[in-house]
Amino acid sequence: MTGVRTLPPLAGYTLALGDDALILAQRLGEWVSYAPQMEEDIALANIGLDLLGQARTLLSYAGAVEGAGRDEDDLAYLRDDRDFRNVQLVEIPNGDFAVTMARQLIFSAYQYELYTALLDSGDPTLAGLAGKAVKEVDYHRDHAAQWVLRLGDGTELSRARMQAGLDQVWPYVDELFDPADATGLAGVAADPAALRPAWERYVTRLLDEATLRRPEPRWRSRGGRSGLHTEHLGHLLAEMQHLHRSHPGASW
Amino acid sequence: MSSPQAENSTRGWPLWEVFVRARRGLSHQHVGSLHAPDAAMALRNARDVYTRRGEGVSIWVVPSSAIVASSPDEKDRFFDPAADKVYRHPTFYDVPEGAKHL
Repeated sequence: MTGVRTLPPLAGYTLALGDDALILAQRLGEWVSYAPQMEEDIALANIGLDLLGQARTLLSYAGAVEGAGRDEDDLAYLRDDRDFRNVQLVEIPNGDFAVTMARQLIFSAYQYELYTALLDSGDPTLAGLAGKAVKEVDYHRDHAAQWVLRLGDGTELSRARMQAGLDQVWPYVDELFDPADATGLAGVAADPAALRPAWERYVTRLLDEATLRRPEPRWRSRGGRSGLHTEHLGHLLAEMQHLHRSHPGASW
Repeated sequence: MSSPQAENSTRGWPLWEVFVRARRGLSHQHVGSLHAPDAAMALRNARDVYTRRGEGVSIWVVPSSAIVASSPDEKDRFFDPAADKVYRHPTFYDVPEGAKHL
């Protein structure tokens, strides 16, 4: 399979947002039974399940808009990595807890601005999802912020590791806000670049409070929305899709 | 961040008791306990552990070390005398027909 399949603009847009949520849900699921504390284990699973719920709505809708008979399972389990449209941020490995929290802060703060903007979407499905999801994401963002604050403004060791976590994920920030082709999506989609100022305000204030330095990476990721991914996505998909591909149509 | 003088567990985080109010008008009920580094995180952990299936509208967390509990040794003194005082139960009234919520 080469390149990204051409989809109606609304299907492509919805799929991209759904893929972000789906892939990060899978990553967060990897923490289950490995988190530093049992309470945190449950918290990460909760966040992952919220994202999975968003992904189900978005993928189902993308399939319906596409009109080719693909449902949420077909889209989640039967596409190859080049057909996934998620940003690279969500597919990078969990790393240590600080990396996961840095990634979550960046992504949840982004999703918060995204869903806030989509509250006014002219598409009723997207606006409806946003109304529910913005509350979930508000909590995700707060959860990550609480940890970034404590680890940043904590001990020398925790601060160094939190800073290292930020340094590791920051190259993936710009991609979130890359301009997207808005053809056919006027009044429906949120302009990614327009989400950035509010995101910057939130994150900058938090990093200041946490006594952390804003990283200045020397490279940046790009291409996830066009199906260009890191080597890590293929491994993630192999694990996520294995059961469905081995036993098509299996159910509990 | 204030940290209560709670008894530290082997994991280093103090223990908290969690009380959840299921809906408006009811009182908070004790639902369990958990570990958290401070009060703010205890509230969030309680939200995740005890209300993720829609069980509550309000949460209290209290450092377990702040709870003063009766001792099993005091059981006889504390509770046995109440066991045979039937006249303390309002069971000698005729409940009017149709009275609800008693």
